Amino acid sequence: MPDFELSEDYQNLSDTVREFADQVVAPVSAKHDEEHSFPYGVVSQMADMGLFGLPFPEEFGGMGGDYFALALALEQLGRVDQSVAITLEAGVSLGAMPVYRFGNEEQKREWLPLLASGKALGGFGLTEPEAGSDAGGTKTRARLETVDGEKMWIIDGNKEFITNSGTDITKLVTVTAVTGTSERPDGSVKKEISTILVPTNTPGFTAEKAYNKVGWNASDTHPLTLKDVRVPEANLLGQQGRGFANFLSILDEGRIAIAALAVGAAQGCVDESLKYAHERFAFGQAIGKYQAISFKIARMQARAHTARLAYYDAAARMLAGKPFKTQAAIAKMVGGEAAMDNARDATQIFGGYGFINEFTVSRHYRDSKILEVGEGTTEVQLMVIARDLGL
Amino acid sequence: MKIIVLVKEVPDTYGDRKLNLETGLADREASEAVIDEISERSLELALSFADANAGTEVAVLTLASEGATATIRKALAMGAGSAIHVSDEALRGADLGLTAETLAAAIRRVGFDLVITGNVSTDGSGGMIPAMLAELLDVPHATGLSSVTISDGAVSGSRPVESGVQQVSANLPAVLSITEALPGARFPNFKGIMAAKKRPLEVLSLSDLGITADNPEAARSIMLTVAEKPPRAAGVKIIDEGDAGDRLADFLVENRLA
Ligand SMILES: Cc1cc2nc3c(=O)[nH]c(=O)nc-3n(C[C@H](O)[C@H](O)[C@H](O)COP(=O)(O)OP(=O)(O)OC[C@H]3O[C@@H](n4cnc5c(N)ncnc54)[C@H](O)[C@@H]3O)c2cc1C
Repeated sequence: MPDFELSEDYQNLSDTVREFADQVVAPVSAKHDEEHSFPYGVVSQMADMGLFGLPFPEEFGGMGGDYFALALALEQLGRVDQSVAITLEAGVSLGAMPVYRFGNEEQKREWLPLLASGKALGGFGLTEPEAGSDAGGTKTRARLETVDGEKMWIIDGNKEFITNSGTDITKLVTVTAVTGTSERPDGSVKKEISTILVPTNTPGFTAEKAYNKVGWNASDTHPLTLKDVRVPEANLLGQQGRGFANFLSILDEGRIAIAALAVGAAQGCVDESLKYAHERFAFGQAIGKYQAISFKIARMQARAHTARLAYYDAAARMLAGKPFKTQAAIAKMVGGEAAMDNARDATQIFGGYGFINEFTVSRHYRDSKILEVGEGTTEVQLMVIARDLGL
Repeated sequence: MKIIVLVKEVPDTYGDRKLNLETGLADREASEAVIDEISERSLELALSFADANAGTEVAVLTLASEGATATIRKALAMGAGSAIHVSDEALRGADLGLTAETLAAAIRRVGFDLVITGNVSTDGSGGMIPAMLAELLDVPHATGLSSVTISDGAVSGSRPVESGVQQVSANLPAVLSITEALPGARFPNFKGIMAAKKRPLEVLSLSDLGITADNPEAARSIMLTVAEKPPRAAGVKIIDEGDAGDRLADFLVENRLA
């Protein structure tokens, strides 16, 4: 039988991050949300705890943990503050992971210790104004030219919605770009997409004005402009032409991480509602005594629980080296939906206070929507699942 | 340098704390056990010194029941290099004298340059252990410090007292106790959590330390009776009908509060 009990190390990590989330993150969450400010103080303490290095080996400055350890940390952070959790998720699973998975020794030595330390952040530049779910529609181009005797990639294009791309500590964005075309046997044109490491201080790279988002207000998201950006040929990450496939595999793993974050949010809604159901009185008794409320909370708990089992399963498969694409898609979808559904129920339980921004449940209500969209929309997850069923 | 940090496990301050009316001891079942916050601060002081001074050895010492292993592991995960756990049935309900004797014996056994403790624990609030330890170990003590500087051969710091602030210093070896004013503890990281399991943890009993709990020659305090705290009676409400001031004054005089 599968065993979903956490081992002692995982449990201790989860408990430690939970304590950190409650004691350090939660007290400043409403403030950063209201001010739309990036929580540098919190991020630097997360860095000190080694959270940005969780899944990387010690030789690259990591903690020697694994992807499941990262997921557990994300769940505990997502419980109280999704902006903080997505900062870690995007920093590790999207920013640093491509370098770890596809970088050569030199690239890993250059970037991983920095990114794993949490002193610097990396971004993942896939989405474009006209290429989201259909990310293969990339228009950004990179051409190899000799400049002053050195072979350089010259990159031009635009990226949309890139997390962690414009903070004071952002040092790198890895972008997908079309590096060539080939002709298919039927005469149609096939784009060759590659990934290239772009240090953010490269001339021509601009993180444009941050978005005014519905939620994840303390997370850093920008459109990017790349205009005549020149980086050395050696900045090609992974094989030329394999960039798109590589990024999609990064997203497969990333879905487990996002699912964990979403489960945290769903659980946070349960925890807040449970407390409130005991405290809030109406018509002479605690509202939790009314079945309309207790059943709502019971259903919320069931959603969080099932979504958690889904991401545990996907992570277990991934760590065992088994195929996990479909399970990760399922986990991402049910996690995102659990968060959104629980946030809607939680705000209902909080009545008018659920509509006041400083309450955690109202923040979860605004924050959770994107969990059904980012790193693959619910429709994209359904496409993955349906394809696996042979449909 | 070898630093020993005293770490105490206490009932969670934020939970319910109860006395067991039969034994007169804190009811450990009634609330979750946690590391006393002041112990965490003591450990942080030792660890930040160790961070900046290679070759520093930090060991934690706790006197607690068998179940305290989780607390000790947490201290190890935070970065302590080793731990000593003194555990013995005969220590249940130990008074300050026996506690100090036992701790001193354990400290002497492992050797030390500096002992760091909190000035007072959250549960027992005895506040005597640091000075008693120094006496038993025959070293100077610098107690109740709100700022601390540790150097090669000495410690110094400031001690706020009612009428001002004293600057104190002591040559090592010494016992040092700190107040809540010192910085809170770091959170353990994953590497620390993993490493904690591999760090040495020595469990000692009273006989290992050559101590007899019921030594008839030693002064021991004996608890005679214990009673539950009386429930709080409802307060007196004074509704102002023009004479509230007088009635308030009467109340204070009547209850000898004025
Ligand atoms: C806050 C935030 C942070 C983000 N961070 C990053 C980041 O760090 N890096 C990055 O690269 N991207 C990032 N994104 C982009 C995100 O991944 C995309 O927004 C997402 O993939 C959807 O793409 P789109 O917005 O272009 O929507 P579209 O792809 O245009 O989709 C529009 C709608 O059509 C549906 N749809 C599309 N195709 C199909 C189909 N074949 N069948 C059925 N329905 C379909 C979609 O599900 C959706 O409902 C972020 C977005 C946000 C909002």
